[in-house]
Parts: sequence; C-alpha cells; structure tokens
Amino acid sequence: MGLLDKEFAEGNIIVAKTDDVLNWARLSSLWQMSFGLACCAIEMMATSASHYDFDRFGVIPRPSPRQADLIIISGTVTLKMAIRIKRLYEQMPDPKYIISMGSCANCGGPYWEHGYHVLKGIDRVIPVDVYVPGCPPRPEALLEGLLKLQEKIRHESLRKKSA
Amino acid sequence: MKEREEVYEILKNKFSDSIFELLTEEPTEPVVPVDPLKIHEVCEFLRDEEGLKYDNLMLLSGVDDANGEEIEEEDGSKTIKGGTLSVWYHLESSVLKHKLTLKVSAPRENPEVESVEMIWRSADWHEREAYDMFGFKFLNHHDLKRILMPYDWEEGSHPLRKDYKNPEFYQGMKIPY
Repeated sequence: MGLLDKEFAEGNIIVAKTDDVLNWARLSSLWQMSFGLACCAIEMMATSASHYDFDRFGVIPRPSPRQADLIIISGTVTLKMAIRIKRLYEQMPDPKYIISMGSCANCGGPYWEHGYHVLKGIDRVIPVDVYVPGCPPRPEALLEGLLKLQEKIRHESLRKKSA
Repeated sequence: MKEREEVYEILKNKFSDSIFELLTEEPTEPVVPVDPLKIHEVCEFLRDEEGLKYDNLMLLSGVDDANGEEIEEEDGSKTIKGGTLSVWYHLESSVLKHKLTLKVSAPRENPEVESVEMIWRSADWHEREAYDMFGFKFLNHHDLKRILMPYDWEEGSHPLRKDYKNPEFYQGMKIPY
C-alpha cells in the first residue's frame, strides 16, 4: 500500500504524498447513502449485516445525501424515481461515487423491452463508477464491487478526478 | 347466500334495460354484463338490498378487449380502431358469503363509465388505476388523476392498451432500450 510503506520516521512522522493520504482516507471511510430500491436492496442490507459486515471496509449508511460519499443504486430505477435519484445525487458533496448494483440499474434488466416505466440503466442519468452484475448480486459480488471502487479511488489524483 | 343465477334474475327484474345477460361460458365464473352508464345504480342496489348485501368490492380492474379493427401503421406498429374496453367488478358479501362478477364494456374511443367510488370507497384508487392504465373516463369520480405513472406523463398515453406506444423521452430521459 502506497501510504504506509514509507515507514515511521523518528518522531512519529509519516512521509507520504498528499494524493496518497487523501485517497487512503477517502477509500477507507466510504459513507454510503442509506437508500434502497428493490430486491437488490435486500442483498445490500444483508451485506451490511453482521455476516458480511460492510462496516469492516468503512462503509456506514448515512441517512442524508449531504453526509454521504457513496450511493449504491440497488434495484429497478423507474422513470419516476430517476428524477429523484438525480436530485439526491446532486445534493451529495464532492467527491462522490456511484455503484450500480444489479442488472436493472445497469441496463434495465428484465424490463429492457416491455418496461414502459423503467429507466434502461442509471448511467443515462448519473455517471457510474462500478457496475456490479447479477440479479440480484450476492453480497460477495457487492463486496467485490466495493473493492474495485476502492482500487479506483486509490489511483485518483488531485489534478484529475478519475472515479 | 344466493347463487349467481338467482341474483341475475333479481337484477333482470329490477333493471331490465341495463342488465344484458348472464354469460355462463366464461372459464371461471358466470359474469353479468351491465350498461356502463347505469352501473352505479345497479351497484348501489346490490350493496343495499336485503338478501344481497354486497358490501365489499374485492377488485375493480380494466381490460383491453382489443376487439376492434387492427390498422397497420407506416412504421410497422399497430393501432386498434373501434371495439371496446371493459371494466370488471368482483363483488363479495361478507355477511351473506356470496360473490358476483359484473362487467361493463365501453367504446374504445370514448370509454365513459359511471364511477362507483361513492358506493365502495375502495373503488377510488382502483378506478384511478384503470384510468391510468387504460384511459377510462369514470364519470363523477371526485379525483380522477394518474396513480402509478407520473402526473406529467403524456396526455392520452395509457400503457396497458394493446396498441400502446411508448414515448421516446420523458423529462429528457430516453425511454427505449
């Protein structure tokens, strides 16, 4: 890991790049917006519960978009809901990250043809960082998605936002 | 408790003009077709009459019969002209333990049906749903607006009609895949 291999110099001083410190802080405490949409939300809740324990990656649900870093789109996005999701996303402070969870949020899923009320992919409304496939994805898959997002954040730079 | 045939005879004697027949060939249960502009009078009678007491509207649902003329459009899609749309009423008496199914058929181009919302309050949202999905005009409904689709959804666009065409965009979001 980029930050801590510099070791402790004498006098409890860490020498590291600003980028590394900021990225390390960000990826270690991704506060998730407390928000679920459909059956994927059940898996997301299972991921948060004791067996899979999202908290060990620093993910805690926050009940307000203004305190959240991460939003997991967990389920079918109807056109009605898409407008509200966009508003929630715009209320989140930068830097903000999005995980699209499950087939519905990725591309419309089983509603792709006859779902007159379904948005065919949340990326038509807000930019997505990580897509987690599955219907619904198991908690392991969501954890993998989170690790991918952490990997992405680890290589971010102040000069250029990549995630 | 009364069999459907007995109830039909009572209705036929009381409303000879607005009760049409008793359909016994339906796959599930006999159905009584009723005049859409007289349905509220029939329903009020069914609810209040001693010996009938249909106090519960279990379900009100719309159906697109799609029995009109199919017209092929230039882009290959189909529209249906003429024919009927139907509303089905499933009634139950919780005191006398009997059931009855009614049906009204209204012309597709102007599907006007009298509201039964003031007879059974449960009809309020069911009628709004039937309006939302099929475009029935329930006369004398106090608040007939969309219930599932957004309020600003395209006027006259009712998704469960057999010849429904989805709009390209809703509030700038592309709808088709």
